[in-house]
Amino acid sequence: MSYIAKSPWVIHYDGSSCNGCDIEVLACLTPMYDVERFGIINTGNPKHADVFLVTGSVNEQNKEVVKQIYEQMPEPKVVVAVGICACSGGVFKQCYNILGGVDTVIPVDVYVPGCAARPEAIIDGVVKGLAVLQEKRDNMVKGIDAPAEEPEAAAEEEKTEEGGEN
Amino acid sequence: MAKRTVIPFGPQHPVLPEPVHLDLVVEDETVVEAIPSIGFIHRGLEKLVEKRDYSQMVYVIERICGICSFGHGWGAAAAVEGAMGVKIPERAEYLRTILHELSRLHSHLLWLGLLADAFGFESLFNHCWRVRETVLDILEKTTGGRVIFSICKVGGLNKDIDNETLKEIVETLEGIKEEIKELTDVFIEDDSVKNRMVGVGVLSKEDAEELCAVGPVARGSGVVQDMRLTNNHGVYGELDFEPVIETAGDCYARCKVRIGEVFQSIELIAKAVAKIPEGPVSVPVKGNVEGEYMLRLEQPRGEAFYYAKGANSKFLQRMRVRTPTNMNIPALVKTLQGCDLADVPILILTIDPCISCTER
Ligand code: SF4
Repeated sequence: MSYIAKSPWVIHYDGSSCNGCDIEVLACLTPMYDVERFGIINTGNPKHADVFLVTGSVNEQNKEVVKQIYEQMPEPKVVVAVGICACSGGVFKQCYNILGGVDTVIPVDVYVPGCAARPEAIIDGVVKGLAVLQEKRDNMVKGIDAPAEEPEAAAEEEKTEEGGEN
Repeated sequence: MAKRTVIPFGPQHPVLPEPVHLDLVVEDETVVEAIPSIGFIHRGLEKLVEKRDYSQMVYVIERICGICSFGHGWGAAAAVEGAMGVKIPERAEYLRTILHELSRLHSHLLWLGLLADAFGFESLFNHCWRVRETVLDILEKTTGGRVIFSICKVGGLNKDIDNETLKEIVETLEGIKEEIKELTDVFIEDDSVKNRMVGVGVLSKEDAEELCAVGPVARGSGVVQDMRLTNNHGVYGELDFEPVIETAGDCYARCKVRIGEVFQSIELIAKAVAKIPEGPVSVPVKGNVEGEYMLRLEQPRGEAFYYAKGANSKFLQRMRVRTPTNMNIPALVKTLQGCDLADVPILILTIDPCISCTER
């Protein structure tokens, strides 16, 4: 269990999901599961968010959108991939317009499996994400760069590529 | 003439859980044109027929949409059954009808919540979703899943629901009727809610017919169109019901149609449970698909179309789905012209858009 000083705000983006996972993400916010009692609020603005919940896999059209939202979020930030589509492509993996899981374009910290992912699982994923967030924050305070993982390296490459285009 | 500005709406927008992108051309506060651009959720799953055989395809088609998933599974299974000439047992037809109405119930309650959220009525949103959880509990108890059920298969259903449970379902629904009534009264009577909806986004009957609007959008404009009446799926013919029709054509009318349908679904479930016969819930299906079949089914959002064609193989040659939102987008673009910028989210919501259905 992680303890965090500040209320974590989440932003939700629907990659190419079937809606199943999205309505479960929303269900987390409603009275039955009510994550708001932990101070978790769903915001529409990436600049306010600490946790990025992505459902569904990425395709040609939305990969730029996912990247943009990720880049607009301030550090430290955590990405949670919700549902098997976001983890790996899931049932749609072999579709012609699916590039794969979210980790093909941005680094992912927590993977929540399930089709559809249950609200309990999503909440668990966010809580796990909070531990990562705290760790990243501590590292930032100490001035240590986060250990370079492979997906992050991939994101760096993409970033420079995009910079080149503009 | 006032200066024209283009305001991008979406794809990531707080009001919609799904990505849709509109370029809104505005003059002062009035929208003069709305240009939709799509493709954010396109997966290309119809082409998966080449890699998945017909029984697996039912589960893929079911995942077109997580809100009306049961209907999609049913449509796909029924289209294949039609092409193969399989007749499913009576009890399975009844159970499919009951489950479909339960999905409609959960879909409409979800939509009412989102609508309340769109005009900033947070507590109403939360209450709608709280009541919806009761329906989800029923679905989870009977099918095992909350939003994706995977209970429909070619030849019937994967599992039976015993009569005891069916009776419980009817009782539970009767129990929440009062609660739903309290919530829907707010939508119908509250002045602040009415202010946002009455007279906003009027779609005339002629336009609705010309632009081929379907489902609650068409019914809210006075078009009598409900695929359940065509009686080619389920047992709706034996349940004796009238479609809910409103004539004003504005957001308020569309909201009232859906509210009417919430209670209608509860009634239909009770009627179906009273009549359900005993018997098996599936028949064994063997062999290849030969021939083609087309089916129109009433989803919570309107008419959906399913087509299956086989060429004597386990793999279908073509599986085509046309979904309701696709047909409602022209009507949406029409109503957006000339509306206030502040009304755009509500207008988009009242067609109950399901983008993942539209783009597949
Ligand atoms: S994991 Fe399943 S429920 Fe979630 S978006 Fe993908 S297909 Fe839909």
